[in-house]
Amino acid sequence: MLKGKALKLGDNITTDHIIPGRYAHLRSNLPELAKHVLEDADPKFTSKVRAGDFIVAGSNFGLGSSREHAPLVIKMAGVRAILAKSVARIFFRNAINLGLPVLICNTDKIDDGDELEVDLKAGTIKDITNGNRLTFSKIPQIMLAILDEGGLIPYIQKYGDFRL
Amino acid sequence: MGKTLAEKILSQESGDMVIAQVDLAFAQDTTGPLTVRQFDSCGFKRLANPKKTSLFLDHASPSPNREMSNDHRLLRQFAQKTGCLIYDAGSGVCHQIVAESLAKPGDIIVGADSHTVTAGALGAFATGMGSSDVATIFGLGKTWFRVPESIKIVVSGKFPKGVYAKDLALHLIGKIGADGATYKALEFGGDGLENISMSDRLTVANMSVESGAKVGLFPADRITKNYLMAQGRGKDYKPLSADEDASYEKTIKIDLAALEPLVAKPHSVDNIALARELKGTKIQQVFIGTCTNGRLEDIAIAARILKGKKHHPETRLIVAPASQKVMLEAIREGYIQTLVEAGASILPAGCGACLGLHQGVLASGEACLSTSNRNFKGRMGSPEAFIYLASPATAAATAITGEITDPREVM
Repeated sequence: MLKGKALKLGDNITTDHIIPGRYAHLRSNLPELAKHVLEDADPKFTSKVRAGDFIVAGSNFGLGSSREHAPLVIKMAGVRAILAKSVARIFFRNAINLGLPVLICNTDKIDDGDELEVDLKAGTIKDITNGNRLTFSKIPQIMLAILDEGGLIPYIQKYGDFRL
Repeated sequence: MGKTLAEKILSQESGDMVIAQVDLAFAQDTTGPLTVRQFDSCGFKRLANPKKTSLFLDHASPSPNREMSNDHRLLRQFAQKTGCLIYDAGSGVCHQIVAESLAKPGDIIVGADSHTVTAGALGAFATGMGSSDVATIFGLGKTWFRVPESIKIVVSGKFPKGVYAKDLALHLIGKIGADGATYKALEFGGDGLENISMSDRLTVANMSVESGAKVGLFPADRITKNYLMAQGRGKDYKPLSADEDASYEKTIKIDLAALEPLVAKPHSVDNIALARELKGTKIQQVFIGTCTNGRLEDIAIAARILKGKKHHPETRLIVAPASQKVMLEAIREGYIQTLVEAGASILPAGCGACLGLHQGVLASGEACLSTSNRNFKGRMGSPEAFIYLASPATAAATAITGEITDPREVM
């Protein structure tokens, strides 16, 4: 069971919002890169986010580049999972590969700052602040297995190959 | 039931999960260093297929700063150690080199770059993934896919004067929306394909990811064969087409003759307007190049419009050929001379100003008209800058007048 606060963002948050291309030279210096997480979407994001929080976004979260640094800096900021109405394909795969759950659900009824409880196994989200209960879409089996191991690298270290 | 192109190449039905051998895996200088580190973290000691593995130094190359220089050194050392292919500074944009030298119809190609979809123009199932996925392909030679459902795009007619593949791509994204094809394949067909050259197909396939698509697939036909023969790779050709009775999620029909010059306005690619409606929008920088529109045909169109003219005094003009081969041909044809005489800065073959790292970074409040594929906030420098996307013809016309201009006005 995961517990944390909702940090609300809008629709179409791009990988340039999350970590702009102008910082690509910092990609081998992750602590420095992570200071700029989401600065073009919400300049106060880094001062607001606390370990265990959830990003709660609208549709098409993470569209754009294949840069895995986008979910990586979000994870480094302490975000425990991303909830969104829909998510771009490459971002989805990248986040799961880093062990960062992405949960597809109707985020309209969650407000900024709401306290949430997420049960990954049961597929449910409880908004403690307003009492609403939500369910999220099923995650494909192979992605669940990767998430269970904490990401693709530990998954490969353990199994040495993909298992469908 | 017949098969779509995606189903044929992945040998399974849409919705199925498959593990497939990968014919080419690559990374570039902004995704490659993490790929190399994840490869090492997995404990891999060697590449599954060194000759099917490539690194490209194109996004910030030659390096603009110490940090990128260190990343480039890391990639060069990895290539030396593992024996993979490497294309160093000045070789060009990864996707252009993949098209010219590496991709074949029916291939499965995965790159650590979202615009890997470009090679779909050649009938390759080409898609972008992140560094961890590509690192595991480097080590295992394979990865998992969900076979996508396909949307069929049926094209008829011919491009009218002043209208190009970029306008087709923008029209399509405007119609589908920036997430309308998420997890899906776009598959192109129809009589109009015979009027769409390989250069144009590469532009359209390149932008398929801007509608969320996993892949943008063209059949391999006579145009594909001629292109491969022109690259000295005629033996790489094999015909490939979807079955007549394949099943599509939906079909979209586009008459090329009905299209007009289009522009994607800030800050999303599906924010489409007619170029003529934006007359009066001042532009401080015009950028012609990239994997979308940096080919010889694109540079030729711009050179023809700019011949004997000068760029507007308040509008900078920057041109980056997509590859060394394009650069050499543009020099031979006299296009580079024409562009320099018009006042253009010519950049080395590579990604140039596209992603805000160097060679044309935008200031706050500036507007750029670019032939690239993304106009996201902050992409080309300041988050307070504005990026408009259009064809090389619209870009050249805009460079002359200093404001967004329908190219038919100057042709």
